[in-house]
Amino acid sequence: MVAEFGHFSLIIALFIALMQTVIPQIGASIKNQLWMSCARPLVLAQSLFILLSFICLVFLFINDDFSVRYVAENSNTLLPDRYKISAVWGAHEGSLLLWVLILAFWSLAVSMFSSKLPIQLVARVLAVLGFISVGFYLFMLFTSNPFDRSLPYFLTEGADLNPLLQDVGLIFHPPILYMGYVGLSVAFAFSVAALLNGSIDSAWARWVKPWTLIAWMFLTLGISLGSWWAYYELGWGGWWFWDPVENASLMPWLVCTALIHSLSVTEKRGAFASWTLLLAIMAFSLSLLGTFLVRSGVLTSVHAFATDPTRGIFILIFLIVVIGGSLLLFAFRGPTKKSSSKFSSLSKELFILANNLILIIITAVILLGTLYPLIADVLGWGKISVGPPYFNLFFVPLTLLLGLLMPVASILRWKKTPRLNILKYFNGPLILSVIIGGSFPLMYESYEPIAVVSIFISSWIILITLRDIGHKSSTKVSILDGLKRIKISYWGMVTAHIGVAICIIGVGLTTAYSIQRDVRMLPGETISLANYQFEFVTIEPYEGPNYIADQATVLVTKKNSTIALLKPQKRRYFSSGQTMTEASIDSSIFRDLYIALGEPLQGDAWAIRIYIKPFVMWIWIGALFIAMGAVLASLDGRFKKIQ
Amino acid sequence: MVQLVNKLKFFLPLTIFTGITFFLIVALDRDPNYMPSTLLDRPVPAFSLSVLGNESEFIDEKIFMGEPSLLNVWATWCFSCRIEHPFLHQLSLQGIRIIGLNYKDNTFKAKNWLDEKKDPYILSLVDQKGIFAMDLGVFGAPETYMIDSRGIIRHKHVGIIDDLVWSESLMPIWKSLK
Repeated sequence: MVAEFGHFSLIIALFIALMQTVIPQIGASIKNQLWMSCARPLVLAQSLFILLSFICLVFLFINDDFSVRYVAENSNTLLPDRYKISAVWGAHEGSLLLWVLILAFWSLAVSMFSSKLPIQLVARVLAVLGFISVGFYLFMLFTSNPFDRSLPYFLTEGADLNPLLQDVGLIFHPPILYMGYVGLSVAFAFSVAALLNGSIDSAWARWVKPWTLIAWMFLTLGISLGSWWAYYELGWGGWWFWDPVENASLMPWLVCTALIHSLSVTEKRGAFASWTLLLAIMAFSLSLLGTFLVRSGVLTSVHAFATDPTRGIFILIFLIVVIGGSLLLFAFRGPTKKSSSKFSSLSKELFILANNLILIIITAVILLGTLYPLIADVLGWGKISVGPPYFNLFFVPLTLLLGLLMPVASILRWKKTPRLNILKYFNGPLILSVIIGGSFPLMYESYEPIAVVSIFISSWIILITLRDIGHKSSTKVSILDGLKRIKISYWGMVTAHIGVAICIIGVGLTTAYSIQRDVRMLPGETISLANYQFEFVTIEPYEGPNYIADQATVLVTKKNSTIALLKPQKRRYFSSGQTMTEASIDSSIFRDLYIALGEPLQGDAWAIRIYIKPFVMWIWIGALFIAMGAVLASLDGRFKKIQ
Repeated sequence: MVQLVNKLKFFLPLTIFTGITFFLIVALDRDPNYMPSTLLDRPVPAFSLSVLGNESEFIDEKIFMGEPSLLNVWATWCFSCRIEHPFLHQLSLQGIRIIGLNYKDNTFKAKNWLDEKKDPYILSLVDQKGIFAMDLGVFGAPETYMIDSRGIIRHKHVGIIDDLVWSESLMPIWKSLK
């Protein structure tokens, strides 16, 4: 009964979304106030029905209704309740439902916080969002309905949620990542509406910017949470694998980063208007393309959930309509946007343009690398895929170049910066960063160029940024007064840029100085690794709610004082019989100690893998700074006035 | 002229997207699991490996001479092999000659596995380091190679062999080998 109710709500939501697409759009074309003002109530109604549908699915999972195929495939009576809820979005059908639910939330947010916007623009934006929802509803109802029953022969016990996904990180990761993916639809809808309306100006950029910043914040958090999960859950000690699924989330993030910067130029200088529109379209297109690549099975990936060609065809048609349609609109209506602003070679505009170009080149390189196996296959070059070496070869130098330009761009003035002043500004930070970068690796046993470069670049970013804060606050009466006068959006930028520097330190030092050792150990045995002693104390059986495990106890000491007691596990899940390695990590600011339990060997010996990873936490701390920067920037007063 | 070029550059994103779409459409028809072996229609590479359960006995590529056989790559860590196993047993009952290649496995566990589950193989070669598998071009387990009576690889199948795979694609090839 509940399943049918959920299914029916989904169908009603589809019809409301259809109305939301058509009525306000026509209203905007014929300038009919009533039809345009239908948009907001329709969004509210659609959101309520999709929420109802989602609650139904959650209910089915909690009550173990295994007559519903999707529940039977992804849940189990032994599964703890919190994982029953997260199992709702653990596989294809449910994650689509979450996708549209979040899209409805964003639409609702736009409809609520847009009272000061011209009604024609609001109507068109909500109509575009409605159109995207319609596509996803049809997709779900025709190819991936989560409410399908498997009657008359239903199971009394479900299969189980993939053990990899039975983890706290995975409860939050998909919703947060989807908040980012789907949030990009708002900037997309604003762009399509602007193309249809035929007008874009700095007011438009001010409306779009906070939405883009918030979507970007979620995307940042989602990607870093995913990478953190891969780090501690996959047991390989790595945090980024250049897997198609990871690339699919990184590409929209890169384009969105470009978009945020280009929006600033459009807002403050009225320039780059067409470029901004194109970036907004690209960012959302890439998030749709990501969905296609992950769901259609054209690429194989360790993360791939489901592969089904009919689904692939459906998503492909949807992609062609949405992306192809908006790019066609852009091709015809884009050129009418005049951007006639002049800037010299030492201006913020030029450096932001450079930032945009680098970001787009990085995205293109990743897109090519991700699609390469597919292109090679179609062209008959055989089954080849490019691995991390390809991505690192391009990504690392381009990112470092970006880091080099970043602080310079942030202190340049719009239009033209006097050349003399500016060179003086960089001398000090440059010399200091060279010294810090060059001397830092002396603390370690080996002198690694990667460490030199990454410490140099991050010092460069941090020093210039600090100097600029000093400069901005010193011009006022007192420093405190000066600091108070700095706009919050500036603090946002500073925080995000310092976050990037922190990330670069983390990535650089982990890459340069990580230690990995695979050892065979008997209980009672001790080994030494980089000043740490690891004693394999015992191995005991351990019983979890839906698995049994062998749990090792490893005592870590340094100069006879206890550092940590680590308990890595090798789990075997009852219902699927799958085994999982559960690493145990002692995290601190300057290093992680990471132990994964391998296979039992002859006798009582076990294969144990030990990592010492310096500064690895900085990668995610940096990401948090970036996300925080986005929040600060979106709080700026000039965005509030227009809502 | 300049104006025309200016207008045309706005079509560039659409053009690129059309190109990508073309590849996606073609790729959708392809099977991502299809992996050709570079050794197709070539003799089995030379090897000398011990036999599971009798480590002192060494076997080389001559074992494939004389009659057609299947070379099945398996391991105890491979979950899909567990599913495939009963069907292999059926094939062996039909008199099909299957030689196992125990791939990067724990020999002790592998012996237990065959004791527990019945042994469909004439014998299993032990390739603990995966060196012979590398020569063969093995991507993972399970994989099955069809080898004719002169020791030449005629077909490679990636993934599980079940009733459907056997009757639809592998049996016709097997018959042509005889």
